[in-house]
Amino acid sequence: MSARAPLIRARNLPFAATVVIFLAAYAFCVAQFPNMLSTRVAGNLLTDNAFLGIAAVGMTFVILSGGIDLSIGSVIAFTSVFVAVLVRAGVHPAAAFALALAVSTLFGAAMGLMIHGLSMPPFVVTLAGMFLARGAAFLISTESVPISHPFLDQLTGLYYLLPGKGRLTFLGLLMLGVFLLGSLVAGRTRFGANVYALGGGIQSAELMGVPIRRTTIQLYALSGFLAGLAGLAYTLYTSAGYSLATVGVELDAIAAVVVGGTLLTGGSGLVAGTFFGLMIQGLIQTYIVFDGTLSSWWTKIVVGLLLFLFIVLRRVILLFHERTGRSTDQRAFAGG
Amino acid sequence: MTWIATRLRRLAPQLIALALVVVAITLIAPGFAHVTFQNGRLYGSPMDVLVRAAPVALLSIGMTLVIATKGIDLSVGATIAITGAVAASMVAAGHPLAVVILAALGVGLLCGVWNGLLVGLIDIQPIIATLILMVAGRGIAQLITEGVILTFNRPAFAFLGSGAFLGVPMPVILWVLTGLAIGLLVRVSALGLLIEAVGINRRASMMIGIRARFLIVFVYAAAGLCAAIAGLIVTADIKGADANNAGLWLELDAILAVVIGGTALSGGRFSISASLIGALIIQALNTGILISGWPPEFNLIIKAVVIIVILALQSPVVANSLAAAARVRADLKEPRRSRT
Repeated sequence: MSARAPLIRARNLPFAATVVIFLAAYAFCVAQFPNMLSTRVAGNLLTDNAFLGIAAVGMTFVILSGGIDLSIGSVIAFTSVFVAVLVRAGVHPAAAFALALAVSTLFGAAMGLMIHGLSMPPFVVTLAGMFLARGAAFLISTESVPISHPFLDQLTGLYYLLPGKGRLTFLGLLMLGVFLLGSLVAGRTRFGANVYALGGGIQSAELMGVPIRRTTIQLYALSGFLAGLAGLAYTLYTSAGYSLATVGVELDAIAAVVVGGTLLTGGSGLVAGTFFGLMIQGLIQTYIVFDGTLSSWWTKIVVGLLLFLFIVLRRVILLFHERTGRSTDQRAFAGG
Repeated sequence: MTWIATRLRRLAPQLIALALVVVAITLIAPGFAHVTFQNGRLYGSPMDVLVRAAPVALLSIGMTLVIATKGIDLSVGATIAITGAVAASMVAAGHPLAVVILAALGVGLLCGVWNGLLVGLIDIQPIIATLILMVAGRGIAQLITEGVILTFNRPAFAFLGSGAFLGVPMPVILWVLTGLAIGLLVRVSALGLLIEAVGINRRASMMIGIRARFLIVFVYAAAGLCAAIAGLIVTADIKGADANNAGLWLELDAILAVVIGGTALSGGRFSISASLIGALIIQALNTGILISGWPPEFNLIIKAVVIIVILALQSPVVANSLAAAARVRADLKEPRRSRT
């Protein structure tokens, strides 16, 4: 754009801000509790937020396309109950996992099909999907179903010992892998480019030759798949399936995406941003645990404040652009 | 008369849907339609539907206006929790009833104005502007109740939730009156028309001199006020404030009520009465499933399926093909000369 390439491009500024806030927050925590600077805390941060992180990657794609997926929490609960009941009935966990992923992916694809085929807003369709998945979970079992199987013990027992006795567990690694793959898919594949194009405006995307129908279905199928995977991670994490679990996880995922610097109207943002958005939320929770006197509801208030901060930051960047006349981010002020 | 006919035509799909739901429930559970008059008030499942629908009905009134401006308000459930917490803590502290009610309404209004300023003044997308209060709101409510479930014993305040006036339960009176007041306010004046104009095209409406920013703040304030009334009813009903669960997910039911009522999420034409019927449909489903004796596990599935069917019938694609079919039939009956 300009002759001198800027250090950070304006559209990546929210992402940079997220990273800076994460680092500053971590530094603040360490100043208060020096013990937080350990690989143990870092390892736990990854393990404890693994299922949320995996789901948040799916949410990032959906939000990048200008849509939203409210069914994530219910799909996680459904998958965990589904797998738990299957394993209890004697099915090998690996087979149960594959089956659960297939179901959740199909479920997502069906929602995508409805969104495109009936041209209904994603908000309403996925809201109905949220009820449906939660209802299906209730139908399978309303009780918490504990599971144990040597295969599961093997998976949860897998970890890489970091220096300082921190554990990089299977779940943590799984989440990092999903984020890495998600980043690659968003930034380096045609599907990723199509998703960004969709977020920039369906009409213009169509004129550019983006296959709207296929992309929409793939998009929600991907979100369903990742929600299913998150459900598996949750089952491994808690060693149980419970249909009342993970209520409202979709909100945490949306918050992670937005705090990660992704524009909620779509078209702009990074998968890596969501990772830092997630870690900021995890950090607040860890800080509350370390402090011991603060109530857990401070998490909500601080996350709310951070959401506010990022939204205002978006506006400020936009105003700056309008003033300097380099409105590269047209989309954002069109959606008022 | 033509006015009534027009109104009926607008409300026809919702009325038919409500009638179908009621008939279906009556067929499954014959006792459903039974209403009795005892101890100076009406009892029976239909009354139960009307009473239990109160919070969602109240929320759907404000939500209709918000959605008409192409907005959405996710924070109303949290606003219920906040106003409930305020009311319960003030009642427990022994403040006079009028002060408690005014304070709760004021807090609700404040929540609404906050959302309205974010959307109208700072131009933040509604879904995310209200997400802030949705996430932080329950934390704030916890802050007020200090993390416990506040209970109180004040019959005068509990009257709002469980009392009756002339045989009609108070919650019903409250939501009907609120609906009438706001409905008349926007329809007798040009306010409703202006709100629709903002929803259809905000920029164009501003160019012809409509104060869109003010109207947007107004509709979110109305939504906050409605949520405050709902918060008072919920708190009076359980004689306590539960910051975690009061009004939980009610915003979603309210949005559904509005969408079932035929107001499009893309803004524009709205109908408060249709939204209220939508709220009744949702509650009739809930109560019906409960008294039909089916296992409660089926609740959500049945609800989801009915909602999907209703929404699919309203979707532009289905509506267009139905309209096209009707046009073909009309053409066959009475061929016109040419259609350009």
